[in-house]
Amino acid sequence: MRRRCGALVLALAAVTAAADDRRSGFDFMTRETQALQRDDGLNPAMLWVRGGEIAWSEKAGRADKACADCHGDAARSMRGVAARYPAFDAASSQPLTLAGRINACRVRHQRAGPHPPESEPLLSLAAFVGMASRGLPIAPPDDARLAPWRAQGQRLFTQRIGQLDLSCAQCHDVGAGRRLGGSTIPQAHPTGYPIYRLEWQGLGSLQRRLRGCFAGVRAEVPPFEHADLVALELHLMQRAAGLPLETPAVRP
Amino acid sequence: MAVRALVQVPKAVRRGEVFEVRTTLAHPMETGYRRDSGGRMLPRDIVRTLEVRLAGERVFAADLHPAIAANPFFAFTLVANAGGPLEIRWVGDNGFVHTETVTLVVT
Repeated sequence: MRRRCGALVLALAAVTAAADDRRSGFDFMTRETQALQRDDGLNPAMLWVRGGEIAWSEKAGRADKACADCHGDAARSMRGVAARYPAFDAASSQPLTLAGRINACRVRHQRAGPHPPESEPLLSLAAFVGMASRGLPIAPPDDARLAPWRAQGQRLFTQRIGQLDLSCAQCHDVGAGRRLGGSTIPQAHPTGYPIYRLEWQGLGSLQRRLRGCFAGVRAEVPPFEHADLVALELHLMQRAAGLPLETPAVRP
Repeated sequence: MAVRALVQVPKAVRRGEVFEVRTTLAHPMETGYRRDSGGRMLPRDIVRTLEVRLAGERVFAADLHPAIAANPFFAFTLVANAGGPLEIRWVGDNGFVHTETVTLVVT
């Protein structure tokens, strides 16, 4: 019986592997950029990871507590965390991104002011926490409270917006693999955020990337942590479920 | 946040063996040729020199220019006959100075 179950699992795995043509943006990059991500000694995002590691054990706020005082060793306590965010936050009755969770922790437990969105300390901590989940499959939580947000994200993904009248899906589902100007259009799986983007010459979040796409199709750009961006992030993580996390990734 | 830099050297090297040193420094490398969203020139802010000393002796140096991208990365090879402190020093515009020191073990 057990052997038959094993065979069944294997067969299923083979079927899903054959049917799954999802590819990380990594596979669309040049060999040189791939080399930059593969080697931690070359990956410039490691500067932020190092900054996050220092910030992890720095006391802050009126509570005078460091992340490490509650969470201990991040390599163990934060393992798998980045792979399941955004997650539902009961206290605020809304989903929180990983950066949102870090800021909520700052406000509630460290009793300090939140870091501004896209600021260096916030990105550094997100990269450091994300690093603890590197190689793990993206595992969005099976939480019914997230369902309406995911549905909203899916709707936004297929909704035409902006002066160019394009939806996310038209480029990243239909046109993925084709070229836009000089670069290949990836499938838009958020496998490595926060990423070091060569174009930015710095680290940036998924929301920064999404805002870039909003501007690219000449639509109104939502502010950071806007409900639409969080909903899109939820949908994208669901869409990429099972792909291994690469944080901190390098992208062109 | 403080200046961030990464330095990689092998844990231990043999006497006379060629080994690689890798350094990355977090720095904006603002060229001085760009304008901000208001149209004002952004003043130049770059790292000008990198100097590496092993036990006080200069073993590697480089001049940097505005065309070098942000977060400059350098990899170079050295040969050491004796161990000691390996001091990496970046000097730049606006009084920027940063030094990282690692201990080189030669067996």
